[in-house]
Amino acid sequence: MDKVVEVIDVSMNYHTLEGETEAIRKLNFDIMNGEFVSIVGPSGCGKSTLLSLISGILTPTSGKVLINGKKVEGPSASVGYMLQKDHLFEWRNIMKNITIGLEIQGKLNKENQEFVEQLLKEYGLYEFRNHYPRQLSGGMRQRVALIRTLATKPNILLLDEPFSALDYQTKIAISEEVWLILKKEKKTAILVTHDLAEAISMSDRIIVLTKRPAEIKSMHQINLSCDCKTPITCREAPEFRIYFNKIWKELDVHV
Amino acid sequence: MYDDINTNISEEYKKYLKSHRRKKSAIRISRIILLIFIFVLWEIAAQKEWIDPFIMSQPSRILETLITMGKDGSLFIHTGVTVYETIVGFVIGTILGTLIAIALWWSDFLASVLDPYLVVLNALPKTALGPIILVWIGGTTKSIIVMALLFSIVVTIINVYTSFRSCDEDKIKLLKTFGANKKQILRKVVLPSGITSIISTLKINVGLSLVGVIVGEFLVSKAGLGYLIIYGGQVFKMDLVMTSVIILAIVAAVLYLSVLWIEKRVLKMM
Ligand SMILES: Nc1ncnc2c1ncn2[C@@H]1O[C@H](COP(=O)(O)OP(=O)(O)OP(=O)(O)O)[C@@H](O)[C@H]1O
Ligand SMILES: [Mg+2]
Repeated sequence: MDKVVEVIDVSMNYHTLEGETEAIRKLNFDIMNGEFVSIVGPSGCGKSTLLSLISGILTPTSGKVLINGKKVEGPSASVGYMLQKDHLFEWRNIMKNITIGLEIQGKLNKENQEFVEQLLKEYGLYEFRNHYPRQLSGGMRQRVALIRTLATKPNILLLDEPFSALDYQTKIAISEEVWLILKKEKKTAILVTHDLAEAISMSDRIIVLTKRPAEIKSMHQINLSCDCKTPITCREAPEFRIYFNKIWKELDVHV
Repeated sequence: MYDDINTNISEEYKKYLKSHRRKKSAIRISRIILLIFIFVLWEIAAQKEWIDPFIMSQPSRILETLITMGKDGSLFIHTGVTVYETIVGFVIGTILGTLIAIALWWSDFLASVLDPYLVVLNALPKTALGPIILVWIGGTTKSIIVMALLFSIVVTIINVYTSFRSCDEDKIKLLKTFGANKKQILRKVVLPSGITSIISTLKINVGLSLVGVIVGEFLVSKAGLGYLIIYGGQVFKMDLVMTSVIILAIVAAVLYLSVLWIEKRVLKMM
């Protein structure tokens, strides 16, 4: 398998007048093509920062990130970034919300327009294309946000707690759906989450970070014995609990 | 699918709507009665000489003045001049103010440098600048428009800039993930999300521009409702003053309602 993302000796310090915050210290890891990797770690340890560095909207203080072997120097079309909230624009309808990335990248041509329409049809949102965000439920909005990210055809998807704003049931359903979509489209995905069960059920591998400044505490290859592997069936696998307890201990959450 | 309203309304809801409508029309009728009451009382007080109509004027004389002014056309000329100056000052003030706000948003450095100047300009009574403008520009319509502009522009800059600044950082971040440049961020998120506050500034501005125009007309004194008021005061024609003030009130109301109408239109378009 090929490496699509390489994080090499990456450190990140924030500078403000109040002082310097060391968010990430000398991080090293690779992500393989088609892999689904989750990143977990204590609150405020630098997970979002890490995704911003990979996406190129932040530049590391030292070290570098390679995407498909090329150094990241700014946002690129091959990386899609899905934020915690859907951030749909209330003044644009669903179609226009989805095509905003294409608009910005100057790629709003007929072919891409058709691609978007096909995505909308496939994921049950076509009838809503002329609706406005306020007319959609939370789960539907999150699906729109995913299609907006997919519209620019990225190979790598960065997901920063994309389900945390949803209620429990919707969250399970949408994460299942998103997982199926990503597998079907053969995307590489990096998911940041606070929900350990979600991480285990969706991922091929989990990276556990220490508290700030983030370093790698451990990595876990997830091998669950279940026949047809989707997040929901994975939760039933006998090994699920074992992984859960092991990583939970490592996260060292004091209540 | 999600936005269609329930069409089979219950009896209780119908009752609720009815009582709501009744209350609303009661308010409207009371308002009209109050207005009529004031004018009738005024007229009676003047006729019975409880008040001196020479100083206080009276509705029948105002009506007379209105009719003569309407006949010789001066009513329309003066009202037209004031409305024209207000609209020009208002439009230029809003556009220029918004452009300056964009410049400030674009450059944090510029915004920081100009901040204290804006604060002082905002606090300064603009009327004090009247004589200066009169000397610099001369006693023409131009200086009246500049007055109107001065009254509205600082508020516009401050309000619009503040709304730009309060644009959701995460929405900007979202555009950045697609590789948006500063101009695209401005066009696609900062302006559209600031549009509601730009429009609500319009409502303040139209009033402020009118204040500026009247102050300007007081100083320049050639035409307009402000001129009529000053002139009437000087020659002690209180009927003319009162008539002009009433027309001015109507002009102010019509301008405000027009802006309200535009606001509704624009918000609906979005
Ligand atoms: N723009 C910034 N300027 C200064 N400090 C920042 C900035 N962004 C983040 N930080 C700091 O860097 C650290 C890591 O932040 P980050 O948002 O990456 O954490 P996180 O792991 O995503 O947190 P959470 O789990 O709450 O989402 C925090 O201590 C935060 O205060
Ligand atoms: Mg975060």
